Amino acid sequence: MNYISIKNNQTISLSDIPESNYEWFYDMNLDLVLGHTERHCVNYFGYKVGNNVKLICCIADDSTHEILVSTCLVHKAHALESFCTQLLCFEKFEREIHENFGINFIDHPWLKPVRYAFNRDDMSQTMDNYPFYSIDSEELHEVGVGPIHAGIIEPGHFRFICNGEQILHLEIQLGYQHRGIEQLFIEKKKLLQRATLAEDIAGDTVIGHSTTFAHVWESLCGFEASRDIEFARTLALELERMAVHVSDLSGACTDIAYQLGSSVFGRLRTPIINFLQEWCGNRLGKGCIRPGHNQYPFTPALADRLRQVLDIFEPEYNEMAGKLFKLSSALSRFERTGVVSNADAISIGAVGMTARMTNLNRDIRSSHPFSLYSELNHFPILKRHGDVYSRVQIRKKEIEQSLNYIRKLIAEVPAQPLQTDKLKTPRPNSFCLSLVEGWRGEICHCALTDEKGELMHYKIKDPSFHNWMALALSVRNNEISDFPICNKSFNLSYSGHDL
Amino acid sequence: MLDNIKIVYHQGKQFIPDVKTVTVPGIFRGRPIINTEKVDEKELSALCPTNAISIHPVSIDLGKCTFCGECSLRFPTKITFTKDYKLATNDPERLIIKEGEDKPVEVNLDLVRSEIHRILGRSLKLRQISAGGDNSCEMELNAANNVQFDMSRYGIDFVASPRHADGIVITGPITQNMAKAVQICYDATPEPKIIVLVGTDAISGGIFADSPALDRRFLEKHTVDLYVPGNPAHPLTIINGLLDLTRKLK
Ligand code: SF4
Repeated sequence: MNYISIKNNQTISLSDIPESNYEWFYDMNLDLVLGHTERHCVNYFGYKVGNNVKLICCIADDSTHEILVSTCLVHKAHALESFCTQLLCFEKFEREIHENFGINFIDHPWLKPVRYAFNRDDMSQTMDNYPFYSIDSEELHEVGVGPIHAGIIEPGHFRFICNGEQILHLEIQLGYQHRGIEQLFIEKKKLLQRATLAEDIAGDTVIGHSTTFAHVWESLCGFEASRDIEFARTLALELERMAVHVSDLSGACTDIAYQLGSSVFGRLRTPIINFLQEWCGNRLGKGCIRPGHNQYPFTPALADRLRQVLDIFEPEYNEMAGKLFKLSSALSRFERTGVVSNADAISIGAVGMTARMTNLNRDIRSSHPFSLYSELNHFPILKRHGDVYSRVQIRKKEIEQSLNYIRKLIAEVPAQPLQTDKLKTPRPNSFCLSLVEGWRGEICHCALTDEKGELMHYKIKDPSFHNWMALALSVRNNEISDFPICNKSFNLSYSGHDL
Repeated sequence: MLDNIKIVYHQGKQFIPDVKTVTVPGIFRGRPIINTEKVDEKELSALCPTNAISIHPVSIDLGKCTFCGECSLRFPTKITFTKDYKLATNDPERLIIKEGEDKPVEVNLDLVRSEIHRILGRSLKLRQISAGGDNSCEMELNAANNVQFDMSRYGIDFVASPRHADGIVITGPITQNMAKAVQICYDATPEPKIIVLVGTDAISGGIFADSPALDRRFLEKHTVDLYVPGNPAHPLTIINGLLDLTRKLK
């Protein structure tokens, strides 16, 4: 056994992570994941140590609520055996390691660039020469879309191979949003700068990413967050989930040309995000979550106000949702469109809603609980069909669940402690991993400190990192005109992926 | 059918009748006011994550400010954020809020090209480009066209093709990987055309300002017609900015 078991948000010494040679590291991690759906890789990355690269692999075990961390030192010039021959879910991680350090993986199916990082190993790889998969055939044609799309959304390039109207294959090229965030985390020394960066990883998951960063930082500094702090985070996470889910229902209606649903769900997001503004001064919650203190304490007066907002929201939402989920013309567009099977979800390592829609139970709120989730006794909502309908249904059910949690939470607003701890400096030579279930799925941040306690490496993983592949698989054999509804029903992050 | 009518009836009137005078709920951080009280200016300017605060005299550059509110939390008597959401201007000078000043941020009409008012004053079609934007400004731009803010009532819309557009709206700090697409899209837009930068990231780079992954040369080559501050910019800031740029008379 050459790994160490840690809990979510636990800081350990770097030297406590057992190191082995690559062969051992490979066999062990393969054994851990192969045939065990309760385990999956939440992060696998490298960092430079002199001329070598140190790999760190983190496998989350949902049954024991532990994360199994192991490490190994490799040299850039030595090609490594790829996990992908047996576990495709390592595909993206290995591509990332290859892009950043030039390490080759033997028998990897496609060692293509991930995001064209500014500090990539091979600068001759550019956005313009992405090696798209292509099929030489008289019958087939290719359709290229993006990077700029028709609506107001983030950029990415989609390359379809179609047989008439039917999609045979979709490949997604990302990287347009790459801002070098992980590097900036190291270079920007002020805590507020780092908190601001965390908020800007993905502007639709402000609370998710800033909570993850706060947890990492507090754990590194040995800070115990008081109840009011964790209360605010739990509440904000559920508000964010509700707001985005409602607007996704609106998006789904737009893409099947159901105008009433599109408008009503679209406007129902407003009271929720306006409440965030009443609470913390920003509609998307920027500025709300800070490591080490409660920036905008949640008062009983705010709780009353939120109750009012929800009392108006709920019947309006229920009326519209009731209508949509009885409307046969809408349901016939949702059902059996964009299917991903349970086996495929497991194989690509899907997380969050994308996993749950295929009956794969992955939800950090119950498997590695943080903040106040252990008290909420969360049961993930699962669907079985893996189609657009399952994804839309999960949103509906999770909105209802979030409403319920929010009402429970605000029934008892914790008081502000009279005395608060001060945030100290991070522990030197340490490693910390934090997992948070954002509305999309599992967010994972890992931090490493050097001997002075300075940040030495910061690794961010948005759930979209895994789930983009699910979108690509879902559209196979669908009409190309169904692409928008498939895409919207996943609603994945470009900036969270590109960093 | 009856259900539909019921839903529409229950929704009532959702639109904001006057986007110029409506007040926003809660503790919105809009235009800051800095009074002339003496404080430790070094400490004040050092706390800002994006170096938006200059000293002697103390001033805040709205093009750099992420509206995190930290300066006003730490120096509550020195800096206060008002709920004034009208922050957009075409004049970078006017983005700088100085100590002891309390005047609205407005479009500098002397700098507005005459064809903007004449040709784009009644109908404005825009092509949005996200160039490293984190999807927050993008969501607020979408919100500007929802049933509440309803920007299209003024004839301002977002279109799918630059060929149909009268200008481009850029969000995000402009990454290297998007720089070429931004240029191509701008070139494909017919004259006369405007450039609007929405959000702190687009205006100055924001927290990403010194990231090596950006390529902001596009902005050196072209004149920007409107800066819309915010992180993200509020829909009301966006709508008022566009209206002032294209409709206001001298
Ligand atoms: S509110 Fe603006 S000026 Fe004040 S600290 Fe934050 S970024 Fe700086």
